[in-house]
Amino acid sequence: MDITRFISTHRKLLLVGFLLLILIFITTLPLYARPSDVRVLTTILIYVVLAVSWALFSGTTGYMSLAPAAFLGLGMYTMALLQKELPFFLIIAIGGLVAFAFALLIGLVTLRLRGIYFAIFTFGLVVFMTEIIQFLETRLWGRHGQAIIPIDNETLLYTMLVLVVVTVLATYFIRRSRYGLALVSIGGNEEAAEHMGINTTRTKVFIFAISSMFMGAAGVVTAPSLIYVNANIAFSVFYSFMPIFMAIFGGMGQLYGPVIGAVIFGYLEKTLRAQLYSYFMLGFGIIMVVVILFLPNGIAGLVPMLQSKLGGVIARLQKGSQGEQHANT
Amino acid sequence: MVERILPLILVGIFQGSVYGLLAMGLSLQYGVCRVLNITHGEFVMLGAVLTYTLHIGFNVNPLLAPVILGPLLFAIGFLLQATLFRGLKARAPSPAAFEGNALLAAFGVMYIIEYIARITWSGRLMPSYYLVDIVSFLGMDFVKNQIVTFAIALALGVAVYLFLSRSRMGRAIRATAEDPGTAGLMGVNTNMILAFAFGLGALLAGIGGTLLSMKIAVSTTLGFSNTVIALIVVVLGGLGSIPGSFVAGILIGIVSMLVAGFLEPVLTVPIYYAMLMVLLLVRPTGILGKK
Repeated sequence: MDITRFISTHRKLLLVGFLLLILIFITTLPLYARPSDVRVLTTILIYVVLAVSWALFSGTTGYMSLAPAAFLGLGMYTMALLQKELPFFLIIAIGGLVAFAFALLIGLVTLRLRGIYFAIFTFGLVVFMTEIIQFLETRLWGRHGQAIIPIDNETLLYTMLVLVVVTVLATYFIRRSRYGLALVSIGGNEEAAEHMGINTTRTKVFIFAISSMFMGAAGVVTAPSLIYVNANIAFSVFYSFMPIFMAIFGGMGQLYGPVIGAVIFGYLEKTLRAQLYSYFMLGFGIIMVVVILFLPNGIAGLVPMLQSKLGGVIARLQKGSQGEQHANT
Repeated sequence: MVERILPLILVGIFQGSVYGLLAMGLSLQYGVCRVLNITHGEFVMLGAVLTYTLHIGFNVNPLLAPVILGPLLFAIGFLLQATLFRGLKARAPSPAAFEGNALLAAFGVMYIIEYIARITWSGRLMPSYYLVDIVSFLGMDFVKNQIVTFAIALALGVAVYLFLSRSRMGRAIRATAEDPGTAGLMGVNTNMILAFAFGLGALLAGIGGTLLSMKIAVSTTLGFSNTVIALIVVVLGGLGSIPGSFVAGILIGIVSMLVAGFLEPVLTVPIYYAMLMVLLLVRPTGILGKK
């Protein structure tokens, strides 16, 4: 009895404590884990940034962006081109800004229109980027691909951790701000939102650019672990689709949904993909269809659903026992 | 100069008619069922790979392959709409939410089809060229299969257009596209019609795949790029407009040949994108789309 009351009154405190524990776990991991585990964790953190920032825009508004890889790849190429001129942390900021500007351009062209045009436009964007970069590399720079100076695992892990914290905090505050409410109302009924005085186009374009900014920054941190990138690696369709899978599997209603999805699938991807690639991807497709059909709110949506169902059962049992007591007395 | 441009344009028209056929199927599926079917390219891939298997494995003439694979792909498309997308529609709170969910579900289906095909046929190239001899036409040399595929695509395009505009079934499809509720009240079995239209789209994609397999070496990976092309063509022609899709397909075919001939083959997709951007800025409803 006391425990349940403690949980309900000190919920925030417990949450902060839980998050602190995770932070401590991640920061101390390099002390006792193998280097390969550190790399797996870094990849998971990259997916967390991608999935959370994807859900920030597409999950709330219903405008499906099918091109996270375009912005991730832009970040990777920013790193490849600037690595010798500038310090690493400055490049992360620049990578984010490049992605921000590019997303702004795409948003201004497509987000004035109905959502379906945006989805179509972003679907092929990755192919577009691949071919443009290939053209530039072979014709102008006269070489194929870019070597990237590796950076030690710990630096990458801690940088990525900072990026995750920044992304999650930014998403948390945006969702609670006027912009967040505006996004949700656009997702609910765009016309009504417009009549309420929301500048829908500006809101959509701005948030799309913000979410792409985090993807670009994540791309800069991804590049050193790959050592070498070319157009096909940097703008791989795979990076586009993974965050979408993760966000949907985890559930987009809550902030923690995409995080759960990214942790589960990021781990599975790193451990299984190498051996059973085709079956792994086939399983992804099946899970995706099943989740959309039967669990539209993802894993995160499962918790309140079970809670209400279990709660109902418990309440009924309690009522039943009370009724019996009444009958006995 | 003219001697160089004219053959390129003609080949572009021949090539573009196949794009037009693919885009027509996609346009039908979006226009009637409101599903942006990004699985479309995978149906093209299935058509192409099955034609290869029938041609090389069982010695079936590729021109007759659609007789076997057509009903199969139609059935897959029919069942997808009748089960998955119908179920999604029943659960979706609003039409916009349905479009988003259907897009993501199609995304999952795309992975399922692509990787089942990869597990079955692996990723190797499968050449099953057909009718590769040269014919002279207007003083220019063409490969025979280019002309044959053009004729088939054009005939099919006209047939589908006539079917939609003249036949009783076609009228039911158009009525359902316009207003499913009222069409249902008028006695149209809308669920059947939606599934039929979706199946027809899949069938057109499959035949497009058969035509492709006569001209190029196909593989299980060609789905994605064909989806991208079909989507661009559909937007250029106007979402949901059947004749528009065909015209835009031919336009894209000509542009791709001119770009490959005069600039650089790798620039074709970027140029499509430039066209798309200009069009979306100037006339978002597409070339032949309604306001």
